[in-house]
Amino acid sequence: MEIKREALPQEMDFRSRQLMSRDMLRGTLEDEDLERFAEQAVMTTTLDRAVAWAQGNSIYPMTFGLACCAIEMMSIVAARVDIARFGFEAFRASPRQADLLILSGRVSTKMAPVIRRIYDQMLEPKFAISMGACCSSTGVFNNYALVPSDKFMPIDVHVPGCPPRPEALAHGILKLRDKIQHHDREGWRERYDAVGTEEVIPGA
Amino acid sequence: MPDAAGLEVIAEELRGADPSAVLGTTFDRGRAEIQIDPSKNIEVIEQLRERGFNFLASLHGVDYYPQEPRLGVVYELLDMTEVDRISLKARVSIEDPRIASVTSIWPGSDFPERECFDMFGVVFEGHPDLRRILMPEDFEGFPQRRDFPIGGEPILFTYNETDHYGKDR
Repeated sequence: MEIKREALPQEMDFRSRQLMSRDMLRGTLEDEDLERFAEQAVMTTTLDRAVAWAQGNSIYPMTFGLACCAIEMMSIVAARVDIARFGFEAFRASPRQADLLILSGRVSTKMAPVIRRIYDQMLEPKFAISMGACCSSTGVFNNYALVPSDKFMPIDVHVPGCPPRPEALAHGILKLRDKIQHHDREGWRERYDAVGTEEVIPGA
Repeated sequence: MPDAAGLEVIAEELRGADPSAVLGTTFDRGRAEIQIDPSKNIEVIEQLRERGFNFLASLHGVDYYPQEPRLGVVYELLDMTEVDRISLKARVSIEDPRIASVTSIWPGSDFPERECFDMFGVVFEGHPDLRRILMPEDFEGFPQRRDFPIGGEPILFTYNETDHYGKDR
């Protein structure tokens, strides 16, 4: 059967695109037409952006709760705000396997070195969310015993509230995803010297 | 809780023993409270204990800054047969925060009094072992006072844990 060829309009309609794909699969598409097909059918991107896209869609949070905010944090994996829809459902019990540390609750001066160590044990790329008023600004426990979390570790996203609703935390996580996929190249971590703090056990 | 009338009956009994011991009464939202003279706390507490309030449920400090006298010591007493509660408040000045210890009446008030001393600097006279209970022994200041400067506590990581208070732990 002879294939009738005709000039395609500038914006191809669905039918003509279908014909072009069929030709391509048959191997009869050549030269200019082939190039045009490739232009339209193949998406080009940089490796960085592809990796960022993947990272942003599979953030594994650390199983780590500090206070009452942790109750709200637990409910984001439940049915109502099912965070598994975005690929964040796997709470890892080891900092070595986690990408995200959600500081859910008040941080005391005694707990701060412990949290810093857990954060340092996580592998790059790693992110931190400060959840709730206590963690960001010591909140209602504004006394000698507490310390705001960004005094001792880098924080990507602050989620306000006392405690924040699960929806608010989900919004914070989506903000973090947006940041990872689109805006983390602004390099605030490099600027504040907040990279390269992994704890490595010598000889292990 | 005694009701408002019952509170006045108790206060009158206390005034009968020593007219200057009771400074006032408050009945607010179902809670009965008697303000007492801090120098006469032992007498008042002994009398209430005879009356049935023989359990010290809580002993804690309050800083009423900027009111004077600034510091308060609150005793929450419980009558376990009548299931009745009453609060005693004694106010002491910041210059001379002294009040008699009730460890002779309730040995269990040892730790609450130490905590009150640790956080507010109230000196309990007659306490067997009055030293800090929560903060490091060489900590300076009383952290729950309202004028205590916050935000300057060092975070003790491994690298600097010997540079600050508590270095001889």
